[in-house]
Amino acid sequence: MTSSTQSSGEQSVQPTSHKLGGSTLQEEPVLSVRHMRVEFPTRHGTLVALDDVSFDIAPGEVLGVVGESGAGKSMTGNAVIQLLEPPGRIADGEVYLSGKRIDDLPEEDFVPLRGRHIGMIFQDPLTSLNPLFSIGDQLIETIRTHLPMNEKQAREEALRLLREVGIPAAEERLNSYPHQFSGGMRQRVVIALALAARPEFIIADEPTTALDVSVQAQILALLKRLCADHGTAVMLVTHDMGVIAETADRVAVMYAGRLIEIGPVEEVIRSPQHPYTKGLMASIPGIEKTLDRLYQIEGSMPRLAAIPPGCAFNPRCPHAQERCRSERPDLMPAGAGQAACWLHDPVDPLPRLDQNDEQEYAHVR
Amino acid sequence: MLAFLIQRILQAIFVMFVVALISFSLFHYVGDPVLNMLGQEATEADRAELRGRLGLDQPVVVQFYRFIVNAAQFEFGISYRSARPVTDLIMERLPATLELAIISAIFAVVMGIGLGIYTALRRRSWLSRFIMTASLVGVSLPTFLIGVLLIYLFAVELGWLPAFGRGQTVRIGDWWTTGLLTTSGLRSLILPAITLGLFQLTLIMRLVRAEMLEVLSTDYIKFARARGLSDRVVNLRHALKNTLIPVITIIGLQLGTIIAFAIITETVFQWPGVGALFITAVRFVDVPVMAAYLMMIALVFVVINLVVDLLYYAVDPRLRAQGGGK
Amino acid sequence: MSQDIQRSDTPPVAPKPPGKLRTFLDSDIVYSWKRQPVVIVATLVTLIMFAAALFAPWIAPQNPFDPRQLELIDAFTPPLTTSDFTGNFYLLGSDSQGRDVFSAILYGSRISLLVGFAAVIFALALGTALGLMAGFRGGWRDALIMRIADVQLTFPSILMALLIFGVIRGFLPRSMHAEVAIIVLIIAIGLSDWVQYARAVRGATMVEKSKEYVQAARVIGLPARKLLFQHILPNVMRPVLVIGTIGLALAIIAEATLSFLGVGMPATQPSLGTLIRVGQDYMFSGEWWILLFPGVALLMLALSVNLLGDWLRDILNPKLR
Repeated sequence: MTSSTQSSGEQSVQPTSHKLGGSTLQEEPVLSVRHMRVEFPTRHGTLVALDDVSFDIAPGEVLGVVGESGAGKSMTGNAVIQLLEPPGRIADGEVYLSGKRIDDLPEEDFVPLRGRHIGMIFQDPLTSLNPLFSIGDQLIETIRTHLPMNEKQAREEALRLLREVGIPAAEERLNSYPHQFSGGMRQRVVIALALAARPEFIIADEPTTALDVSVQAQILALLKRLCADHGTAVMLVTHDMGVIAETADRVAVMYAGRLIEIGPVEEVIRSPQHPYTKGLMASIPGIEKTLDRLYQIEGSMPRLAAIPPGCAFNPRCPHAQERCRSERPDLMPAGAGQAACWLHDPVDPLPRLDQNDEQEYAHVR
Repeated sequence: MLAFLIQRILQAIFVMFVVALISFSLFHYVGDPVLNMLGQEATEADRAELRGRLGLDQPVVVQFYRFIVNAAQFEFGISYRSARPVTDLIMERLPATLELAIISAIFAVVMGIGLGIYTALRRRSWLSRFIMTASLVGVSLPTFLIGVLLIYLFAVELGWLPAFGRGQTVRIGDWWTTGLLTTSGLRSLILPAITLGLFQLTLIMRLVRAEMLEVLSTDYIKFARARGLSDRVVNLRHALKNTLIPVITIIGLQLGTIIAFAIITETVFQWPGVGALFITAVRFVDVPVMAAYLMMIALVFVVINLVVDLLYYAVDPRLRAQGGGK
Repeated sequence: MSQDIQRSDTPPVAPKPPGKLRTFLDSDIVYSWKRQPVVIVATLVTLIMFAAALFAPWIAPQNPFDPRQLELIDAFTPPLTTSDFTGNFYLLGSDSQGRDVFSAILYGSRISLLVGFAAVIFALALGTALGLMAGFRGGWRDALIMRIADVQLTFPSILMALLIFGVIRGFLPRSMHAEVAIIVLIIAIGLSDWVQYARAVRGATMVEKSKEYVQAARVIGLPARKLLFQHILPNVMRPVLVIGTIGLALAIIAEATLSFLGVGMPATQPSLGTLIRVGQDYMFSGEWWILLFPGVALLMLALSVNLLGDWLRDILNPKLR
């Protein structure tokens, strides 16, 4: 898994020798994102949708990426697989897949990576499948694009995939059309399609948001099991902390296009280090406590066109001080992971204000 | 499936009925057939006799019934203007219109779909932008103006192509005449076909382009790309199929209107077709011809609508499922 | 105290909000307009032609349809020449009757635009009224109106216009045909086009009908007519205006086509279409200007109105943003 091929003139790439997210990675990470910046040139100026985002994903690991709508979580996935909607573009940063740099590849060199090494699942299974082709057609087509099989072999493989994702009566289903399936079944087909060529890494963009709650758990379990079986790493993008808690190994929290906390999932939930994450956790109602009011972080996430200087969260933070308003914090070690907050500055940490803030009432899961 | 078919056929019959009603009303209330046929100086006895012969003394409902019965047998009476049976007039001019219409339709569809796909896939190229601007011109200008300007340029100034008429025609069987087998016939077809087809071409092109652009931005195309399918496969296998299916129905309907627009083109190029016949009929209030043309056109449209509906049904699996399915 | 006097004497005041003109000039619409040279040109041409048509009696060198002003001896004068006989200058030449082509175009545009606007207003009014009724009352009225609309939609509007024209003419004695041509044209074109307005209005009305303010008004006991005209109508007008702009272009083209076919404006009161028809006869005999200039005029008019309408429709369509 260590990268050994380098083209002449290219810098030798050995990302992650330092702790990232609280665990020392023994092997080469399957995905490595460094200082990614995504911009949208518009009539009113350039919007920065992602600002200096860096993280790694180890082989077989599930990294949850959580945040509000517009925080940039889907954007990160789209940028990695180079499917950004124009006029969006990657303005800076690097992306490495198993050690090899991929963000600077021209489109025709990137295409072979999709499906074969990087897969992606979208939110709505109904719109993800072409309504005019049978799922057998779509499966066989995908299989034969990446694996050297003839029609018959591909068909066998398609059947095997369908059974693997738990679709009953796979033989007959092969000739069915997407609209003849229920939502949960469709998402299983989508998963089968995404994993057809056994990529090392898939991006799952809100895979259960469009499904019934009762089906969500099944699909998540399926996803987790398949990825564990095949050693596939997953970047699980969602706004639902419950999904993260169930499925992810580590979690990354995004805010206004920035990565503000990352760490093992249990630790982040139990003792969040960034005030925003604390606020998120505090606003989730628990079963044990009875509350008169749910906690709410005051204010709202800034629009991309109006991100305040310094730390993006400073207008809403109970601990905000001078430094927060002028200097933007990078990720720094905090608790079991990392957080982008001056409270955790290893050299000169800021004092906590408001010792009795409601955030301290964050319940324990 | 059966229910769908029956519903559509009933609708078609309803439309035909309404058109028949209108045509009949034309006959009955507009102008006086007896006066038109016999002129002012006819005697009362002559008029009464003609009236009886034409069945004009019967109650209106009976007259309507007879009208429908006759119409079903393609019997429309005598033209006021030329005193010849209307059916004869129409039949001898039909081949001219049909040939022109079919050639125009092929031109419009082939070029329209081709250009539509190109301008959708290569949005930014200067050729695409040029084509789109030119298409605006095609949509904005009245057909007759295009025809007249084409004649001016190619026939008067350059002298390359004939300015009017059908050229030499060859008779096939005992009814059809074709211009496709002679050089002059073919040359005469060029300008009228372009004129007639240009409007349809721009419509089809813009339709295909718009639909394809919309398809290209869907989730399933994005997912297809995410699965590693090549651009060629994504564009020409997936996107194309999803584009053409909804577009086919509209194209079909549009082509039906070519027959009606032929009226204009035939007038500009003095093309001896049924359209020109209809215009003359309107100018001289020749009611039998007007009525017959209306019925004929209505039939054409209704049949085309029906065929297009069936085509859509056969091609889109989702519609089929509503009848049978899961 | 003395320090106060040394301070600046303008009291702190919030900056004035930009005036309406400024807001308009900064808006997306104007921004988009400024960036498309084609649309700018189209707007200018449209305005010029509208103005020329409006002020025709004052701009045109002669009224070409007043026989007393014509000099038959000046027939077939080429453009940009002064007649040897009368000393009149014919900017765009003269036709078989000695009519100044330039004047004919000005007066012809007038008629073309008049018929176009009138037909659109007629169709709009009729379609809106029927659409409101169908959408608001529903029931058999709705079914009937929509059925008629469906049948009419099966046929292209040019055919409808021809048919209506023929029918109306059939009822009138031949002598009256020329005089009432303009009214018959307006009615025919208007009647052939009401359907799209009706459909749009009906759809929008049905949407509005289910909104709370309508139910609230009903609870208060507001009479239906007031509710319809004062409240619902303004809300459904937007799509209608968009259709109207395209409709104007279509109406102008329809009138030109009908006149060209010989069933529109007669040669004694010609619109641009009629002029082109007449001009076609002289194409081969060398008097090309009788055909070409009216043709170019119609071309510019149709093109600019269409481009403008297209752009307007793109701008006003929220989906395309």
